Amino acid sequence: MSITYLEAIREAQAKALADDPRVFIYGQDVGEFGGAFKATKRLAQEFPGRVLDAPISEDAIVGAAIGAAIEGMRPIIEMQYADFSTPGFNQIINQAATLFWRTRVPCPITIRMPSGGLAGGGPFHSQCLEGLYAHYPGLIVMTPATVEDAYSMLLEAVAIDDPVIFCEHKHLYYHLKAPALPTDAMPVGKARVARAGRDLTIVTYSAMLHEALAAAEEIALEGEEIEVVDLRSIKPLDTDTVVASVARTGRLLCVGEAFPWGGVTAEVIARVATEGFGLLDAPPQRLNAKDTPIPYHPDLWSVHRPNANSIGAAARNLLRM
Amino acid sequence: MRDRLHPMLHSEENPRTPEAPPPFPAQYLKAYRFMLLARVLDDKIASLGRAGKIHGGVFLGRGQEALSAALGMALRPGDIFAPLIRDGAGRLAFGEPLLDAVRTCLGSALGPMRGRDGNVHRGRPKKGLLPMISHLGAMISVVNGALMARRFNHVEGVVGAACVGDGGTSTGAFHEALNQAAVEHLPLVLVVANNQYAYSTPTRRQFACKDLSDRAIGYGATPHKADGTDLEDCLRVLSTAVAQARAGGGPQLVVASLLRLCGHGEHDDAHYVDAKLKESALGRDCLQVAEERLLREGWADSEALLALRQEVTREVEAAAATAQREPAPDPFKEDWCALSSRHLREIFEAPIPSIPA
Repeated sequence: MSITYLEAIREAQAKALADDPRVFIYGQDVGEFGGAFKATKRLAQEFPGRVLDAPISEDAIVGAAIGAAIEGMRPIIEMQYADFSTPGFNQIINQAATLFWRTRVPCPITIRMPSGGLAGGGPFHSQCLEGLYAHYPGLIVMTPATVEDAYSMLLEAVAIDDPVIFCEHKHLYYHLKAPALPTDAMPVGKARVARAGRDLTIVTYSAMLHEALAAAEEIALEGEEIEVVDLRSIKPLDTDTVVASVARTGRLLCVGEAFPWGGVTAEVIARVATEGFGLLDAPPQRLNAKDTPIPYHPDLWSVHRPNANSIGAAARNLLRM
Repeated sequence: MRDRLHPMLHSEENPRTPEAPPPFPAQYLKAYRFMLLARVLDDKIASLGRAGKIHGGVFLGRGQEALSAALGMALRPGDIFAPLIRDGAGRLAFGEPLLDAVRTCLGSALGPMRGRDGNVHRGRPKKGLLPMISHLGAMISVVNGALMARRFNHVEGVVGAACVGDGGTSTGAFHEALNQAAVEHLPLVLVVANNQYAYSTPTRRQFACKDLSDRAIGYGATPHKADGTDLEDCLRVLSTAVAQARAGGGPQLVVASLLRLCGHGEHDDAHYVDAKLKESALGRDCLQVAEERLLREGWADSEALLALRQEVTREVEAAAATAQREPAPDPFKEDWCALSSRHLREIFEAPIPSIPA
């Protein structure tokens, strides 16, 4: 018996619906069809009237979720693809994110964003937008990398009184399995040391965690131990755990699947540089996707985003500095 | 004042309404009072603006009071209302305290927005009064969502109203939300104030259809047209549209024609407004039209109207005096946290201060 990352997301939503009458799900094809990725499989049947198909109107989907949240509901929105959240961007960053600040009325909505690349996804079905949303005050941004976190963090997202951007990774949907659903969880806002090491710290999140762990295992054969930190949520970002790790290793490599300009890796380096400059034995490095739209062909795509090979190469370079 | 029921109101009475509507002249006079209060308030805000007492823009609703008041009066406590920039009269009719307006314009720390947002960006979401964001059309789907929540909770007989202008009808948000309301068969009343200009852009550069109300049919909504310069027409059309939505008739699209009798904001002299439009029936001042009607019908005499003006002026002056005595928000005591979940906020340290030489 094992459970995939995708099934964990489905189970978390089933539990949220079962436990809290204020929860409902709204998004394109989420109803009887069960969602483009089947993340809401059979939920419409199990919870009649609470899992609603929406027209292709991301702006109105998010707007309606905000209105329902004002009235005390706790909607879960599925964006189908993170890429398609951009037509709803205005409602997310200007309406949902500002509501509590302006009015003291909380906006407990969860926006699920199937993120990141799959081979053949191309420019409009592969994007990682977590950095974009983290830029805005008033939003929480979660980027679970494990089956356990996908489950427990989605439940916590629904429970949080603020808008949560839940970046679930499409590549992990089917590729990642756990023996069972977790019974306890780390709180949101805490990073996790996924692999202990002494020579270099890799800070990463979401699908890149697994590429970084693979690179670390390979480099371990060469006698050097890499510590890997999984951020889990990028906003809030657990600077303490990152700085503590850099204090142990003296070297920092940040890895993200998003585009390189600004974003999570730049933010992590900025924080370590300002709060832990003296801990660094070498210039902090970062590795992101290339600064082009995401290519369709698998051969192009495989080198567009970081992978175990390119992370390994970057880590070896940094170890020699 | 003659106490006779206007025949129009008999047919439009919602059978589910427990209380009968007030007699027509009384209703007309009540609406006129909200219009007048909004106008006097606008004049005061404009004068405070000219005196440099208002931070940022000053936006008035001159010319739109009849439409706005009629909508506010058609709504009830418990309904949802998302007013727009020129809906001062509708806000007052819906029950927004006069002080909320003055405090928000002056940035008082005691206002509902506490200096965090200003002028027309105010509301009390828990009382059904939604605070507009600047992005046009964005409030409509929020009203939809509030109505969906009421339906989830089996609350019946609620109406949600959202306001936009002619310019707002060109946004994707408008289209998405009206379609959404129709798909969900929501009791939404979407009121379009076609005031002929979106800032400086005339309607001929905004849309190419013959009449904006023609769009309703394409969405599966019910169209209504109103003469925004005529209070009686506004009262009739808005009460009909709201009653139809309340009775389960699905979304209603009301398009009212009028002319904006001010600039987009007080910074704008509106020199671009076509002189012919100003002289046309569209250019009539709805407040003056209503006043003349009151006098002509004998529903009020000039003495009573003067007394009324003095009364609302005292109210406005008292509110302005109160808000002007109130403290501004203190940046050092401000709670700089955008999250309700305080434990999840991030602390961004200030740079290390330089050591003085």
